Amino acid sequence: MGILVDEQTRVVVQGITGREGRFHTQACMAYGANVVAGVTPGRGGQKVEETVPVFDSVEQAVAETGANVSLIFVPAPSAMDAVVEAAEAGIPLVVCISEGVPVLDTIRVAEYLKTSSTRLIGPNCPGLINPGASCKVGIMPGNIHLPGRTGVFSRSGTLTYEAVSQLTNLGLGQSGCVGIGGDPVIGTNFVDVLRLFDDDPDTDQVVLIGEIGGSMEQEAAEYIKAEFTKPVCALVVGATAPTGKRMGHAGAMITGESATVEAKVKALRDAGAVIIPTPADIGVTAQSLMAATL
Amino acid sequence: MKIHEYQAKELFARYGIPVPSGQAAADPDQAAHAASQLGGRAVIKAQVHAGGRGRAGGIQVVNSPQEAQAYATQLFSRNLVTAQTGPNGAPVYQVLVEEPAAIAREIYLAITIDRVHRRPVILASASGGVDIEETAASNPEAIATEVIDPVLGLMPFQIRRLIATLELDSALARSAAQVMTSMYRLFVEADCSLVEINPLVVTSEGNLLALDAKVNLEDDALFRHSDLKDLADPSQENELENRASDMDVAYVKLDGNVGCLVNGAGLAMATMDIIAARGTTAANFLDVGGGASVEKVADAVKIILDDNDVDRVLVNIFGGILRCDIAAEGIVKAYKEQGSRLPMVVRMLGTNVDQGKSTLRDSGLPVTLVDTLTEAADAVAQI
Repeated sequence: MGILVDEQTRVVVQGITGREGRFHTQACMAYGANVVAGVTPGRGGQKVEETVPVFDSVEQAVAETGANVSLIFVPAPSAMDAVVEAAEAGIPLVVCISEGVPVLDTIRVAEYLKTSSTRLIGPNCPGLINPGASCKVGIMPGNIHLPGRTGVFSRSGTLTYEAVSQLTNLGLGQSGCVGIGGDPVIGTNFVDVLRLFDDDPDTDQVVLIGEIGGSMEQEAAEYIKAEFTKPVCALVVGATAPTGKRMGHAGAMITGESATVEAKVKALRDAGAVIIPTPADIGVTAQSLMAATL
Repeated sequence: MKIHEYQAKELFARYGIPVPSGQAAADPDQAAHAASQLGGRAVIKAQVHAGGRGRAGGIQVVNSPQEAQAYATQLFSRNLVTAQTGPNGAPVYQVLVEEPAAIAREIYLAITIDRVHRRPVILASASGGVDIEETAASNPEAIATEVIDPVLGLMPFQIRRLIATLELDSALARSAAQVMTSMYRLFVEADCSLVEINPLVVTSEGNLLALDAKVNLEDDALFRHSDLKDLADPSQENELENRASDMDVAYVKLDGNVGCLVNGAGLAMATMDIIAARGTTAANFLDVGGGASVEKVADAVKIILDDNDVDRVLVNIFGGILRCDIAAEGIVKAYKEQGSRLPMVVRMLGTNVDQGKSTLRDSGLPVTLVDTLTEAADAVAQI
């Protein structure tokens, strides 16, 4: 089990012939993911990694290979075109790694996806991994992961790796790790991921990693309080970040009271989450939470 | 990307949003000339990328070209320090010289992105002006909002609902509707993250006028707006921040003394938080990004070394796309080329970490290698 990707996952990589697309196709395959196709318009008929056929369109790739997850490395100006192409081809899960997508493009596509059964993760995200199924659909370093029963999710890339590595060092494996992306508007939010982990019999507890900006942590807190059935520990970073300055993630902007670390921590604590005191305590906090529930 | 008020008003004029007559001036003589063209009486407004200008003495009414010249001379002579600029203030290279308006009422209008609804949102309030944020905090009902469907656009019934809260007579209501429609067109066509008019005034002659204008353009969309890209004003940003932005490194200058080099924005914030918890503070936020080369890492390290506030350096790299050996080579290159001996704590994990560490160990630089975040924060505090 685990969430979103598993042994049944058949990946098509959009933008597979670019430098990043090629590199990460190889890394995902080395980890054990089943990459069945690539798409680069105009490059149909080529092969990548000697075995992966390249198609001109997602529609062809799906028809020929039965691909059911798309991983997108297309440059930002065309990234949302790639998302819609995948959705129109009937792919149920689209993971968009591309960074620097104009927000109004994402907004229009998010609107379009409301009438579609396709789920979008990202853009501007590291993707997701299911260590138990040896399935990696993203750019995270695979070797830091360990199969297990803790779910990890975050708006950040390398901070997710930090969290995972702290867990793995303590022997605490992961049922799944999802980087949802750092942009102000993204396809899948914390509440969506919480629902998936709640329904996953292989997940015992979750680690939520939030940051300043927006109010997604508060929405998660409301959901945790109302419906979520498993233990949660949570870290919110950015307490020392200056107000009103752009911090690399367009999303991490202090826009109001609810965007502060204090407000987010309070909401999560009130919802019953165990607060991780500093970024160095992710592993130990998750470990004692796991021990307490056993 | 922020732009100046005078540039935002030029965009407004292009979209049919009424603005006072006036022009930008780059020196006191131009300011005097602009004032005389307006008949002598004028408002002089310092052009800086920060709010709070009025309270900081950056806006003044003058009664003659001579007064305009004298006041402009004063504005050009020093940085303007407002509540939003930080203690060093922002340099003034342009002033806007405008016809004064007789103000009967002040309205507030803005369009931005609503992250919760994942849609644009328009805000309107009958009580605009400098206290709008206090109004929003103390009396949220005084701010009307409409979330906009990006496919349908701003609908007439939404405009009618907003107008109903603004207490305008029917002629002014029609003008206000026109202003809202134009603002939304500008927001979408120029890929803005903010279009704000505060205040939109009702003049005593009974007209609407955008007395101030704030337009923020979305950085990620500038690739398709080559004309708007030129509106950038690097003089308004920190010099080190400009250097970083030229090389596509996310960098923000901060107040502390620990120069931080990190890959990833979230990890960079976490690094700043953990060193603060152990008693030191960051001199900067720096995310060197995923696919950095040796040169890019070296250039990023040089920005840190060129910051006079920095007396120690903390490197926290989680190698993934960015390999640790590449990062290490970049760090050594920058130190050697700058001849720097600043003490450095390095924490590296992930891809090619052993090569990275041995490159640093063999470099002869004053480097302390550590394995965890806590060790890194403690080592930095002990320097």
